[in-house]
Amino acid sequence: MKALLELSNVGMKFDTPKGQFEALKDVNLKIESGEFVSLIGHSGCGKSTVLNIVAGLLQATDGGVILDKQEVTEPGPERAVVFQNHSLLPWLSAFENVELAVKQVFKKTKSKAEIRDWVAHNLELVHMAHAMHKKPDEISGGMKQRVGIARALAMQPQVLLMDEPFGALDALTRAHLQDSLMEIHAQLGTTVIMITHDVDEAVLLSDRIVMMTNGPSATIGEILDVKLPRPRDRLALADDPTFVRCRQQVLQFLYEKQRKVEPMPKRNSANTEGVRKRA
Amino acid sequence: MLDEHQASRAKEAAFHERQEKYIASRLAQQPEWEPVYRSYTGAPTFFDQIGTSLITVMSGFLLASMIAIPLGIFIGLSSTAHAAMNPLIQLFKPVSPLAWLPLVTMVVSAVYVTDDPLVAKSFLTSMFTVSLCCLWPTLMNTAVGVTSVSQDLTNVSRVLRLNAMSHVRKIVLPSALPMMFTGLRLSLGIAWMVLIAAEMLAQNPGLGKFVWDEFQNGRSQSLGRIMVAVIVIGLIGFLLDRLMLMLQRALVWDKSSVQR
Ligand SMILES: Nc1ncnc2c1ncn2[C@@H]1O[C@H](COP(=O)(O)OP(=O)(O)O)[C@@H](O)[C@H]1O
Ligand SMILES: [Mg+2]
Repeated sequence: MKALLELSNVGMKFDTPKGQFEALKDVNLKIESGEFVSLIGHSGCGKSTVLNIVAGLLQATDGGVILDKQEVTEPGPERAVVFQNHSLLPWLSAFENVELAVKQVFKKTKSKAEIRDWVAHNLELVHMAHAMHKKPDEISGGMKQRVGIARALAMQPQVLLMDEPFGALDALTRAHLQDSLMEIHAQLGTTVIMITHDVDEAVLLSDRIVMMTNGPSATIGEILDVKLPRPRDRLALADDPTFVRCRQQVLQFLYEKQRKVEPMPKRNSANTEGVRKRA
Repeated sequence: MLDEHQASRAKEAAFHERQEKYIASRLAQQPEWEPVYRSYTGAPTFFDQIGTSLITVMSGFLLASMIAIPLGIFIGLSSTAHAAMNPLIQLFKPVSPLAWLPLVTMVVSAVYVTDDPLVAKSFLTSMFTVSLCCLWPTLMNTAVGVTSVSQDLTNVSRVLRLNAMSHVRKIVLPSALPMMFTGLRLSLGIAWMVLIAAEMLAQNPGLGKFVWDEFQNGRSQSLGRIMVAVIVIGLIGFLLDRLMLMLQRALVWDKSSVQR
């Protein structure tokens, strides 16, 4: 199968007052249609930068991203983003927030009634139909994130990009949202790239876990295939040997191979090791 | 003062009545005669002056807002525009109304020459002076409000590929609205203060002139009348502010930004 999304030799150098800062180097990744991929790595390693490059919000300084045979040069609704802090427009209700996106994407192809139905349908998908006329201020953090997901899904994206979507939520709410996300992924078969720093979440949700080395010049250290059958049940998985092994591997990568060293030396050895391993 | 006002109104009514009678009788004698209507020329009373001042301050404020809001949005959106305008803004912002007044008077006198003036020159000078002085808070606050639109919301707009117009209308304007209103309230306060000073200095009709006339007048009741005028000026300033607050409450989504 031909990859839907391809990152080739993506590198990112930021100009900072202290000179150039190479955040990413030689990031290569192929993602197939319908795949659920997690990006995991220590904070500040460059996960968001990768995602923003795929989204088109940042322009890579080296290499490039190809989605469905087209190079990514600017942001667009076919690469919908779910931001960490929901980023709903606070002056619009949940419904209006989703509607704004739907109107923008489908204004030529859908009638008014169809738009309304499509908005409602997407809010139902994330179980937010009951509160769709509330303002973001009037709903909980988890609900806001649900609306954010509904807004992204409503654009019918080719790839759904999520930057630590559940990072700001409590464990219980997070579990609920993970279940919802699995349900939606099973139902729609959307291709998803999700950033997380939660190992359990990564193993539970992903087909593949992409582990990133520490920056500067961060790149992909290892890629782990999670060969667990779907649908997955968090309770049954808790002592499933495959689940436990995957979890172990990710933890090993994060806390042995890529142990976060503070303060960071200019070019730490662990980092180059990771690069070599991949090469 | 109320009595005075009523007396003056009665006189004015009487004047118009007499004029009507005169015109009617003259027309009866010579039908080809074009009647000339003259307006009443009695001195304006305290209440007339309040009316004049209110109209002037509102016109000046509206004019200022109409310039400051679009300009503020423009400056907030474009860092080039900001760099270009900032020195000018910094230079003109601290200019006292007393310095603007002669300039505005000269310009208005030179430019606004018609035989049949729609509005009085004095009204225009007062209004432009007010506008020039109360422009700045709205301008600055709008610009800051626009600059501080959250990066996340801008990203949403980019992902949705909103065009420039919808971006401003759907994202920037609502985001900046609370800041804009803070600016507008400051502006209206300044407008009212500047107007009174301008009226005093230029002898343009309004409350300021009333106070100055009373001061020059030196009657035994003058002190009392000035006191009343000062209190009324304060009261009107307060009411104007309340009005803006109500407007802000009605329009702004972020209720926490509406302080007392
Ligand atoms: N606009 C920028 N300018 C300079 N440095 C940046 C910029 N954005 C990110 N960085 C740096 O790039 C690195 C990766 O950042 P980021 O992708 O946000 O990390 P993560 O999401 O993995 O926590 C960090 O060291 C950060 O300081
Ligand atoms: Mg991040």
